[in-house]
Amino acid sequence: MRGLVINMSENKYMIFLGCLIPYRVSSYEISARRVLHNLGVELVEMPEFNCCGLPLEPISHELALILSARNIAIAEREGLNILTLCPGCSGTLKKANRALKEDRALREEINKHLKEAGLNFEGSIEVKHVSQVLLEDVGLDKIKKSVVRPLKGLIVAEHSGCHLSRPKKYIEFEDPENPKALRMLIEVTGAKCVEYMDETECCGATVAGIDDKIPLYLVREKLSHIKEAGAEALVTICPSCHLMYDANQIRVERMFGEKYGIPVLHYTQLLGLAIGFSPKELGFEELRVKPTKVIDYVLGIPATS
Amino acid sequence: MSENEVAKPSRIDPKFRYEVIKVPGGENLLRCFQCGTCTSDCPIARFNEEYRPRKIIRMAQLGLKDKIVESDFLWLCASCFTCTDRCPQGVEVASVIRALKNIAAKEGFIPQIFKMQLSNVIKTGYVYRIPESRIKRREALGLPPLPRGNSENITKSIQKLEIMKILEE
Repeated sequence: MRGLVINMSENKYMIFLGCLIPYRVSSYEISARRVLHNLGVELVEMPEFNCCGLPLEPISHELALILSARNIAIAEREGLNILTLCPGCSGTLKKANRALKEDRALREEINKHLKEAGLNFEGSIEVKHVSQVLLEDVGLDKIKKSVVRPLKGLIVAEHSGCHLSRPKKYIEFEDPENPKALRMLIEVTGAKCVEYMDETECCGATVAGIDDKIPLYLVREKLSHIKEAGAEALVTICPSCHLMYDANQIRVERMFGEKYGIPVLHYTQLLGLAIGFSPKELGFEELRVKPTKVIDYVLGIPATS
Repeated sequence: MSENEVAKPSRIDPKFRYEVIKVPGGENLLRCFQCGTCTSDCPIARFNEEYRPRKIIRMAQLGLKDKIVESDFLWLCASCFTCTDRCPQGVEVASVIRALKNIAAKEGFIPQIFKMQLSNVIKTGYVYRIPESRIKRREALGLPPLPRGNSENITKSIQKLEIMKILEE
């Protein structure tokens, strides 16, 4: 294994995969597990799982709260904080965790339902998105030290997605109008992160189940802005955003008769390349828009150690 | 509601606003002073003619309950929370709209996709039907076994919810 592993016990999390990653976005999970292991973040699997509740919140807020609280209660039983790869999951679990910790009447009400299933929400753990764990627990210094193949000369664009920071009042992670977390994490790999128009615009994924055309317009706009900015790849940290820009890119190209050919990488894939893993070890084969140019370029960079 | 249509008084529910502010997320409905920041910054409104968050909020304030709960546009919110973060009045627009969806659901207006997703969650824990082949493929990809949902246990914790009764009907 590459890199020095220290303080394993401090960086131990229960990993919450969410629904979309095991369903359609394995490349994110493959690369995240590699990178986190390398950086000394220990992941424990959940004994049982259910959806965070976000997709069902439109029909019942209470239902979503119970689904979130169940997962938090399960992690509490194991005495572990939760790490998620999906910002939709972390946002939903964070909001539920906070509401249930702060509001005693609500906690009692939700616990009545959980009791039926032998569970109880105590309010003893925290929920973090992987980018937050990388920034706050691993730290940029340690990430920088683990880089053996600085991605010098590679120009990328970032898309943080909405749920990583919105609604600001409840997520309290970073500034949604000027997101910096992903940008900092990209720059530590040596790659250049360019700015582009409407960087914080939504991908539209959550509306796809109701109207599958709207996201295509949003994706098209995003890709054209990225192309104008001269980025060779787009970097995401959300499986929904990734799916919209990667899997939908070919559909968008066909629908509008335009060509983008912009590979969409999970941040953990980009970091994984810089840490020295091979594209195969990072699930690059799973990507729809083939990142051949990026891979050829990166593999041509001499390793520093 | 089309631009030329005038709401009939019989379809106005003056108490609707008080119903909305009792739903978690709907509390700040009455703070809205119709500046339109939400609509102008809404990614969905840019590519859809029907979806206008400012208008939905106004309709709720006025008590046009039927028009809201029976509408299709209500379900178009992508819950990106841009409107919530930018609202100068702290209305938490996306949450008010979600509260309105919850009310519509209680009245039995539930798009098919949610029924399907809930059924998947109850059966498997996951919102999607993940094919067994995909779950088995994890091993070949070097991934640990996928945690399974505990269907019976999930059911126990949600069966007393009002929404479950509505869905059974």
